[in-house]
Amino acid sequence: MEPIKTIRSRTVVLAAANIDTDQIIPARFLTTTSKQGLGQRLFNEWRYAADGSPRADFILNQPEARGCRILVAGRNLGCGSSREHAPWALLDYGFQAVISTEIADIFKNNSLKNGLVPVVVDETTHRWLLEHPGAEVTIDLESTTLTLPTGETVKFPLESFARYGLLNGVDELGYLLSRAKEIDAFERRAP
Amino acid sequence: MKTLFEKVWERHVVAPETADTPAVLYIDLHLIHEVTSPQAFTQLGERGLKVRRPDRTLATMDHSTPTRTDQVFGGVPISIESAAQQIAQLEKNCAEFGVELFGLRSDLRGIVHIVGPELGATQPGHTIVCGDSHTSTHGAFGALAFGIGTTEVGHVLATQCLLQRKPRTFAIEVNQRLPAGVTAKDLILGIIGRIGVAGGTGHVIEYRGATIRGLDMEERMTVCNMSIEAGARAGMIAPDETTYAYLAGRPRAPKGEAWERALAHWRQLPGDTGAKFDKQVEFDATTFEPMITYGTNPGMVVAVNGTIPQRRGDAAFDQSLRYMGFEAGASIRDKAVNVVFLGSCTNGRLSDLRSAAEVLRGHKVAKGVQMLVVPGSQQVKKAAEAEGLDRVFIDAGADWRESGCSMCLGMNGDTVAKGEYSLSTSNRNFEGRQGVGARTLLASPLTAAASAVRGRITDPRELLNG
Repeated sequence: MEPIKTIRSRTVVLAAANIDTDQIIPARFLTTTSKQGLGQRLFNEWRYAADGSPRADFILNQPEARGCRILVAGRNLGCGSSREHAPWALLDYGFQAVISTEIADIFKNNSLKNGLVPVVVDETTHRWLLEHPGAEVTIDLESTTLTLPTGETVKFPLESFARYGLLNGVDELGYLLSRAKEIDAFERRAP
Repeated sequence: MKTLFEKVWERHVVAPETADTPAVLYIDLHLIHEVTSPQAFTQLGERGLKVRRPDRTLATMDHSTPTRTDQVFGGVPISIESAAQQIAQLEKNCAEFGVELFGLRSDLRGIVHIVGPELGATQPGHTIVCGDSHTSTHGAFGALAFGIGTTEVGHVLATQCLLQRKPRTFAIEVNQRLPAGVTAKDLILGIIGRIGVAGGTGHVIEYRGATIRGLDMEERMTVCNMSIEAGARAGMIAPDETTYAYLAGRPRAPKGEAWERALAHWRQLPGDTGAKFDKQVEFDATTFEPMITYGTNPGMVVAVNGTIPQRRGDAAFDQSLRYMGFEAGASIRDKAVNVVFLGSCTNGRLSDLRSAAEVLRGHKVAKGVQMLVVPGSQQVKKAAEAEGLDRVFIDAGADWRESGCSMCLGMNGDTVAKGEYSLSTSNRNFEGRQGVGARTLLASPLTAAASAVRGRITDPRELLNG
């Protein structure tokens, strides 16, 4: 994982609430044994017509979405299946952060472990973001703040260890392996 | 004073959480399957790591695995080539890393959340994880069980541990008796409708109260299974005599003296009187009815005899009804169905098949309706056949298959066609879940069977009462 300090980008808005991980990446594309190439199938059913041609009315197929690194979505983003293919697909497509008022637990965990930053904001900030698609915003991980083009800055919650991992580009497995002695001791005393 | 969750959590803390670091939590049982494990094994291989505790790891294949008998046993090639490769990869990974696998033709194979309990591998007080969100099912035994992503599958394979912040607790108490014809599936659909699809986010639910105590183990599993549909990673029910009676004599349950020791431990697990929860709600079971979903998330649910609600100014709600081809204010009853799916980790156990068979016996599946019956495991299939349930389904005109996730998620060749209505006993009615453009209505096995007979959405009490 590459260290992440700040993300500055225009936003793409998908205002729907309860966007589940089946919408982010449908199950029939999960018969893969690698993480690569899933971005092509991101939001597949909303993005492509039955014949495979891009749907002109879907935001990711519109020129203003090009190069956007931040996705703003309706409340309860990433509910449903635990498939890590959802953050893999978002990252492979080019997103680096997602913003909502509420982000489902497993999806949030999976995102943090891959360097996709989940940003949970209050209703007022969220409403502003939904009403201003394409706004250029800055996410700063040192200060855990989101700055709007209006100059307004809001804090967002980020678990301290996950933040450390994102800022330093370290993964958790190395840390867990470093606790091997304690795990050994636990196994000796546990039934 | 501690809750059930707190007792299980505390017994598994290898290193406590601090302001800077999450707790290191020990995992007793790690279940794996073909879809969410390959990249984790790759990670292990790249770092030259072993599986720390193969004896605490159990693999099966279910998600992308076909249910057609000719493809499972008849030597006919698996129709989806990438699925065949995924299955082969799981076989290779398990052989290389020394993990026990219930392979394609094993009579112990089945849906991961059906296999663990029926073997007695799922036990009270355990921590259980799997790269699948319906791992919450195992909470029915008083285990702390939750779904994880593939990176975490790698963590558990390598260290038998996970890094976790302690979740909050949520008590859902249900009292009184469920009315006749109202099942555990209706109960959990009704609960999700009342608390919402994000009502449990950040929490571990404990289901309690007289109604819950009165449920058998298979019904408890149905309830805990759908905890994730309310946003909760885990749902738990305190173990009791029903739990112990279910587990006694199962192949992987403790035996002899070990059983007595385990039992003594399990009896300490129920929450202490007066233990506090972060959140609490209470429901009266007599207010529940047979339920059915009408929209594209499991919280969009009404009584089978109810009407589709209106929500002015809610664009997502309108889009959902457009997708379903329904109108606000219309009655859901008597809507035509094209497909009926009986199965899944929610409702693919023997008691589910029995209750549907009871409705179907002596009837035919309505003309033009396709009914697919997929037992949750090969053991369930064998038991159902031993009591002739397969004949009831086949005589009614249904398709009787090998076990697997099947039509629940349409990645194994079993799908619903675009625009068709599928009355499904599974757990998710998301857009496209059962196939591109497929329209899913979630309900109980009783409602599924009654609707299969009539070819339209039917209150099962009409058929049960003669």
